[in-house]
Amino acid sequence: MRILGISGSLRDASYNTKLLRVAGRLLPDDVEFVVWDGLKAVPPYDEDDDRDPAPEGAQRFRDAIAGADAILFATPEYNSSVPGQLKNAIDWASRPLATNVLRNKPVAVIGASAGMFGAVWAQADLRKVLAATGARVIEGEVAVGHAHTRFDEEGNLTDDNLVQQIDEVVHTLVAETQPVAVAA
Amino acid sequence: MSTIQQTTQAVPTGTWSADPVHSEVAFSVEYMAGTFRGTFEKFDVQLADGVLSGTADVTSISVKDENLEAHLLSPDFFDAERHPELSFRSTTISRDRDKVTIAGEVTIKGHTETAEIRGTISDPITDPWNNERFGLKLETTLDRTKFGLNWNNPLPSGEQALANDVTLIAELQLVKAA
Repeated sequence: MRILGISGSLRDASYNTKLLRVAGRLLPDDVEFVVWDGLKAVPPYDEDDDRDPAPEGAQRFRDAIAGADAILFATPEYNSSVPGQLKNAIDWASRPLATNVLRNKPVAVIGASAGMFGAVWAQADLRKVLAATGARVIEGEVAVGHAHTRFDEEGNLTDDNLVQQIDEVVHTLVAETQPVAVAA
Repeated sequence: MSTIQQTTQAVPTGTWSADPVHSEVAFSVEYMAGTFRGTFEKFDVQLADGVLSGTADVTSISVKDENLEAHLLSPDFFDAERHPELSFRSTTISRDRDKVTIAGEVTIKGHTETAEIRGTISDPITDPWNNERFGLKLETTLDRTKFGLNWNNPLPSGEQALANDVTLIAELQLVKAA
């Protein structure tokens, strides 16, 4: 099983990218976890550019999603919502809607912010956007507020309760990714 | 007259199947300022030994926009990948002249709920190809949120755009097995 980690933050020392690495260490050994590093290279969505082949940065994003069994997003919050570049990338991934690479893909959302609320509104908006693409959005939220105080020098979360919450989300995501019996 | 007698007289005896060309399974739901409608193009309905049962292929849902169809098939709505069929099975059928009332269970997205279906029934006729057929027009209203179809979007007024109550409509011509 391969899980793709996508951070909504572009900066090198991103708390959300650190959060993904914490999550990756909690996954079972047989799960391959890859943190995607191509978000900055996704061009602005323009339907005129949405041809075959798609622009390289957008195609790499689509390929990365298509090659993963599930996706874990970690998002900061800009102006009470999803960072524009992350939303833009999802807009690329979501086209064409009826056959897009996010369809039925199990996805989970966690988030960190320097403020006290831990990007809860961005997380809610991101879940809504992902559901609209047809992704299988799992329940569960981890809100890491005051993120600048939450990590030690090695990038570990210092709050065991938050680690436990992330552990629950990633294991729910793994469980959701297992083949399931089709029922009526 | 007892309930059992009503049941045995309510619908024709024998085995009958819906003629797919002259039957329709549809839904309607209030959306924004009007009524939104769609159909399930593939379905199978049978009446056998006084029990009406049917399935509809969720992936055959048909509305006027392919992107909307894609959304309806997604986990936000029917989750067709994991729940490709919806189904119904009657528990009792009663009739008063041409009015019919059917109690039964509807299963959608893995959730089963009881439903009361009302409608009309016609007596069997013989068609030009010497088949016996009769008509059923049925309707029931279900709360979609009881089946895990919870999507909504608020209007600028704050009200939700999509109603929870959805009307399922089946207009069936049932043909007797040879």
